[in-house]
Amino acid sequence: MNTTGVSSWAVDLADVGAIYPFQGLELILLIIALIFWIWWHIATFRMEFDRQDEKIRKYGNSEHITNAIENDK
Amino acid sequence: MGNNLDALTTIFTEFYYWLTVALMFLIHVGFCMYEVGASRRRNHMHTLLKNSMLIPLVTITFFFFGWWIYWAFPNGPFITGGIEWEAANANSPVSDIMGTNLSDRITGVFWAAFLLFSWTAASIVSGSVIERINSGAFWILAVLIGSGAWIIDAAWGWHYQGWMVQLLGYHDAYASGVIHAVAGGFALGVLVVLGPRLGKFAADGKPRDILPHNPWLVCIGLFLIYTGFWGFYVACNVPLISPEAIGGQITGETWTATTIYLTPTTLGAITFNFLMSLSGGMMMGYFVSKGNAFWTYSGGLAGIITASAGNDLYHPIQAMIIGGVGTYIAYKLHYWVENKFKIDDAVGAVAVHGYAGFIGLVICGFVLWGHPSSPYEGYAAINPLGNFIGAIIMFGVLGFLPGYIASKILHAFGLLRIPKEVELMGLDFGTAQEEEAAAREVREAEIAMANGK
Repeated sequence: MNTTGVSSWAVDLADVGAIYPFQGLELILLIIALIFWIWWHIATFRMEFDRQDEKIRKYGNSEHITNAIENDK
Repeated sequence: MGNNLDALTTIFTEFYYWLTVALMFLIHVGFCMYEVGASRRRNHMHTLLKNSMLIPLVTITFFFFGWWIYWAFPNGPFITGGIEWEAANANSPVSDIMGTNLSDRITGVFWAAFLLFSWTAASIVSGSVIERINSGAFWILAVLIGSGAWIIDAAWGWHYQGWMVQLLGYHDAYASGVIHAVAGGFALGVLVVLGPRLGKFAADGKPRDILPHNPWLVCIGLFLIYTGFWGFYVACNVPLISPEAIGGQITGETWTATTIYLTPTTLGAITFNFLMSLSGGMMMGYFVSKGNAFWTYSGGLAGIITASAGNDLYHPIQAMIIGGVGTYIAYKLHYWVENKFKIDDAVGAVAVHGYAGFIGLVICGFVLWGHPSSPYEGYAAINPLGNFIGAIIMFGVLGFLPGYIASKILHAFGLLRIPKEVELMGLDFGTAQEEEAAAREVREAEIAMANGK
């Protein structure tokens, strides 16, 4: 098993290029990363809106809001 | 790296760009400090995280497609040629030089230097929209400016082969337009749709001052941005290159530093001009704001930004005067726009970056009129009309319009602005209550233990 393509350093470095593991799978890695990125935006949007709804439900009355404004010094 | 001289040149260049990246990190620390300092206490942590999270998001998207765009689109495409497939594919996320590669030591650090410019572009927008934008909406806008709009403008006007350089003679050595005007224009486009913070304007339309909760933090933040700006400036240069490697009209064998356009300059020149334009801006900022600390520091930034387009060539006294003029106009425009159009730019980012950048491009077209924009034959020389058109493209076409349109779309889906109740109670309010309740519970438990219960 050799994931990097380098099995020994008995080489002329001038002949060595990429040495990261699993070369040739870059496109698959990119697709996984793109899916993760899009998912992250959607998931955090949902998280943010859920949190806002919860805050309004718990603290959205005028007493809490007035208190928050008055204490913001 | 065939011989010792090649090795030295390569490793020097690699280390040079790496160092600029480390320095430019301070720009972001500064942005976070002044943004948090400018926000009110009940919005601190959200303000900090809104800005901080643009770092990973712009980083990954700049890796996925931003860097590819830079190499693909210098011709428009279809203005001076097609898509530059060969160069673009070499810099795509699936290319083998975009990883550990012993035959290429420069791409990683050069990519990172551009990436730090991308963070700056997004961070400029972040400050102006504090305390009322949904973080999720801002992060989409951050990706759009950081890995989209600005890097398209860089391909067009900040690439040795860019069509704006070839046809317009566009010159913008230290990014008055390609970073600052585009980000300022983008921020203005967002602000028009987003609207002001609640309470910013009285019923009669008169603007109120929403004071920073911590002016000291704001000023130190701006000071840190100055510090990081050194990295930004030197990252805009190619540190060491031979006429043979440039392959243009330069004769002889004298190696030089160049701008991004491969036109010769020196680190000494930009050191003179950075400091003198900073000074002109700070002095004017202090004067025009009647000694206001925030605008004095912002004036320093505006001074550098105004002079940046031509700071590879200006005389230091020219840089000082240009910095002062830009700061004066940017300050006056900020308050005029605020009064006239009810725009709430919480940190003056549109003025300091957008207006100053625009003005800097226009001034540069006049002051450097006739100077070659490129070492290559057939390029238009620097001229007032070319830089004026360039300023409109940067601020308006690639800045304001994408910001406005994207914000309109987010607004149409109800994603752009936080609910009124949350804005009034503060973005941190619920979390702060819960943290206080948890702390109280621990205190009560400790007191109970102390009393032997």
